[in-house]
Amino acid sequence: MNQRSRLSLLVVQILIISLMAALFGRLFYLQIAAGPKYRDAALSIQSRDVINPATRGLIVDSSGVPLALNKVGLAITIDRIVIDKQPDKGVSVMKSLALLLGLKYSDIYQETRLCGELPKGKKAGCWTGSRYQPIPITKQADPNVALQIVENSDKYPGVDATPIAIRNYPGMESVNGAHVLGYVGPMTEENLSNTDGIKYFRSESIGKSGLEIQYDSYLRGTPGIRTVIVDRKESITRVSQNTKSTPGDHLVTNLDIRLQASAESALADAVRRARGSGFKADSGAAVVMDVRNGRVLAIASYPTYDPNLWEKGLTVKQANDLFSEKTGVPALSRALQGLFAPASTFKAVSTVAAANAGYDLNASYDCPSEVEVGTRAFQNFESKAQGRMSLKKAIAVSCDTIWYRIAFDEWLRDGGLRPKADLNDYFYNAARGFQINVKTGIDLPSESAGRLADRQWRKDWYENNKDFYCNYKERASKSQQTPFLLELARENCLDGDKIRAGDAVNFSIGQGDTVITPLKLAQMYSAIANGGTIWQALVGKAIIKTDGTIVKTMTPEKLGTLPATPATLKFLQGSLREVVTSGTATGSFSGFPVSVSGKTGTAQVFGRNLNGSAKDDTSWFASYAPSEKPRYAVVMMVSQGGYGSSTSGVGVRKIYETLFGVKGSKVIPELALFPDGKPPTKLPKISPATKVKKAP
Amino acid sequence: MSSIAERQRFRRASRPSLFAGFDPILSGAIVLLLAIGTALVYAATRDWYAANNLDPEYYLKRHIINIAIGSLLAWGTTVIDYRLLRAYTPIAWVLGVIGLVAVLIPNVGSTVNGSQAWIALPGGFQIQPAELAKISIILGISMILSERGHDSDEPTTQDMLQALAVAAVPILLILAQPDIGTVFIISASVVTIIAVSGSPTRWVVALLIIAVIGGFVATQSGVLKDYQIKRLQSFVDPNADSQGAGYQLRQARITVGSGGLIGTGLFNGPQTNGRFVPEQQTDFIFTVAGEELGFLGSGSIILLYIIILMRAFSIARRTNDPFGRLVGTGVAAWFAFQIFENIGMTLGLMPMTGVPLPFLSYGGSSMFANLIGFGLLQNIHAKQR
Repeated sequence: MNQRSRLSLLVVQILIISLMAALFGRLFYLQIAAGPKYRDAALSIQSRDVINPATRGLIVDSSGVPLALNKVGLAITIDRIVIDKQPDKGVSVMKSLALLLGLKYSDIYQETRLCGELPKGKKAGCWTGSRYQPIPITKQADPNVALQIVENSDKYPGVDATPIAIRNYPGMESVNGAHVLGYVGPMTEENLSNTDGIKYFRSESIGKSGLEIQYDSYLRGTPGIRTVIVDRKESITRVSQNTKSTPGDHLVTNLDIRLQASAESALADAVRRARGSGFKADSGAAVVMDVRNGRVLAIASYPTYDPNLWEKGLTVKQANDLFSEKTGVPALSRALQGLFAPASTFKAVSTVAAANAGYDLNASYDCPSEVEVGTRAFQNFESKAQGRMSLKKAIAVSCDTIWYRIAFDEWLRDGGLRPKADLNDYFYNAARGFQINVKTGIDLPSESAGRLADRQWRKDWYENNKDFYCNYKERASKSQQTPFLLELARENCLDGDKIRAGDAVNFSIGQGDTVITPLKLAQMYSAIANGGTIWQALVGKAIIKTDGTIVKTMTPEKLGTLPATPATLKFLQGSLREVVTSGTATGSFSGFPVSVSGKTGTAQVFGRNLNGSAKDDTSWFASYAPSEKPRYAVVMMVSQGGYGSSTSGVGVRKIYETLFGVKGSKVIPELALFPDGKPPTKLPKISPATKVKKAP
Repeated sequence: MSSIAERQRFRRASRPSLFAGFDPILSGAIVLLLAIGTALVYAATRDWYAANNLDPEYYLKRHIINIAIGSLLAWGTTVIDYRLLRAYTPIAWVLGVIGLVAVLIPNVGSTVNGSQAWIALPGGFQIQPAELAKISIILGISMILSERGHDSDEPTTQDMLQALAVAAVPILLILAQPDIGTVFIISASVVTIIAVSGSPTRWVVALLIIAVIGGFVATQSGVLKDYQIKRLQSFVDPNADSQGAGYQLRQARITVGSGGLIGTGLFNGPQTNGRFVPEQQTDFIFTVAGEELGFLGSGSIILLYIIILMRAFSIARRTNDPFGRLVGTGVAAWFAFQIFENIGMTLGLMPMTGVPLPFLSYGGSSMFANLIGFGLLQNIHAKQR
């Protein structure tokens, strides 16, 4: 062997040893240095968590009758991953499925789009879940149809039929309850990204509104997790973890299904009657509250929708209709989201204000047809002159001019357009005492707080609108350039930041910029009835485990006390009784065997409907009963419903009829919902089979 | 090599016996690897076959048969007369070329994973001519470069051209399949043989330059098929082809990495049993070792390879016979580059090609060729005198 060969052989050997050393080093890096990282990666490749959602807890009324329960449904699902791989992106599959299910192709298309895939404003009916889970087209399919799909799986790639648990709102007693119960739906990406600190799983359902979302953490339960080790073909080789699901807890509510049904039908009936009298009656609400503790026994909103829509499979039209002005925005819960001027029902606040200002409640006052307020004359309701009368009578017949005068005097005393440093502000302070601008604290999502149009609110409003009114000619549209509006704009620009005499007098009769929800009014009248305590409104009563143990009981909180002396309250209670016995509500309650106290309200509304017609008055009736020993407050409101008494007063009477078991002009004790006069305090045993208690 | 002790050792070694001249370290290391390989092939296939209602020992049995046949070939190669081996070299080369031509004929050769590299035999067996051609080429150029018609210390230009022709014909045929991995291994071995044959350095440098240019032209000119370019891309960027080659390479790395220090234990690797790495009983057998035997086990395998390679070079260095030295060097280089290509691919150091891991991977042709290579080393070792 020559030297060169020897040298070459040595070089080759060194080269090859270095190659082997490189392998060794790389192996060390992969297995030791980066080993933990790769072990995690391997684990995520091999293991699959199969989530077995927990059975959702029931929602029941105070005697245990189910308002929401679970049923087994047959879901037809579409797997986006599979259909997107079709040459036509699944168009033909969805078309033939539409034919089979009797649906529209465009609906199926929309329902299988992720919300993020669709342009703004075209999202109605979109899938809020993820691409990686089968999307249900319907959850209540006909078994024969499902069979056709399963048997022709090659014709329907990516389509599957599987039995699933569905949320069902049985609607016993024809109760609807859509707004209060809410509904459930798929997890959104936001839920899954753990922003609220709760670990959710894709295949779980989550409450989307109403009680379903409010008490979701109790109702949902804990899903079972089965971790399986899979191979490349995704077939299971081993089960590595298997935890059982824990069913969700049940929610007992203060609602009574019979009363809820009655409130809903009385409200719908009131709307019908108002329409029969030529009013638009576009929406309404009814609330029944226990005055002693704020518990909500019934809460209805009109228009409503079928709470089972989602589980049946919402069409695009249905989804659009829920939020459409044309259909009256059924999704909006008027009882706690609708803000309306309270009109004469607000005189309860004004009475307290007048008493606090030192007015003699037992004196007589003049009720002329109009009152000069500054340069403008303010008319009485329907411009009637009623002569001299006691304040009690004035409340009963709903005289406005008395309040104009008192409010105007107080406004002047406080300095008029140049407010003093030490303001009395009796009216605003009374309204604040009633917590007009505070939420009722009800255990339902999206409650609106009322608006108290006081001095501060005025200032803020002016800051935001000054530019518009002071440059009205440039800012406003052509149609807004009428002489009246131009003058209004000029005034608003001039002293829009101050409470003017007109604002003060309007405030005293619940008109103007002050608005509240029907639920708030129920809370206010409960406080008047119970001697002055403002209770938090509560729908939920208790959370009960499936084995019957009580997890939590919800007790209403005292939110405050009315700023009224016992004497003032006594006067007010007497006046409200007088409304029903010899005042504006006499007709609606003639011959009614239970003593009811209440106040009508007929609020003027400015603005126009979609078709250009002027808006009709808001009809209110706020009440409590029995007058001697108050237990229940009932409030009804019909937007554009006309007169307070004939529309809402009659509606409230119907609710009392159910509540007390009134037939004609007699109380039949066996028909009363709560035979001993008060809602049940004991928690019921919970079973999906609980039936409604029927009168003998 | 003239000490008395060494002479005595050689004399003892050349005693006529069935296992005359077997190098105990080399043989021991290879027997160990064969045993480990058998266990790994079984581990790679057992669960999957059982889960699919097939015979879980299917691959185990065939692997043992392959080893048995291969061992007979190794023994035959070891005991065959040295001169006879040289005489048969031209025949082996011609047979190798015929095999490589045959595999390219449609209906004779069959395509697996994009390479037309297999000839189906009766009984479900397949033969891969390129594996056996490696031996033909090593023998062929070693013969040309060691037998000179002159006394010169280094090969003449004519010798070089002849040797290159002998190598080029089968290499081009393998390139036509195409089997880039094998072409790389053979080319690297050929350059090594030429370097060790005492050829002028300029030849070696020239060949290396040609190899680099050739590789560059191949990637640019469309000689490489689409899937091969993808493999190269996924080597540079593992996310480039996440469904195909990139998937395999990533899975392979995850599988090896998840083994950690001591591994999951034989038969217990979830990645292996779930068969997340394709071809894990053949080209990706090292992933099974990595996952189930851990760094200790798979590191030991690399150590065994280093021992084998060191022994092979030592045999080549010690022999007085130029032909034996070149053949020994060629076989050692072949093993070395194939090991590096295969494990390097598994660990993400080399692009993906379809070459098996010597002595471990399942596969008849490769096993036979490896054991014949081992036999050649033994033969050279036994004739050292």
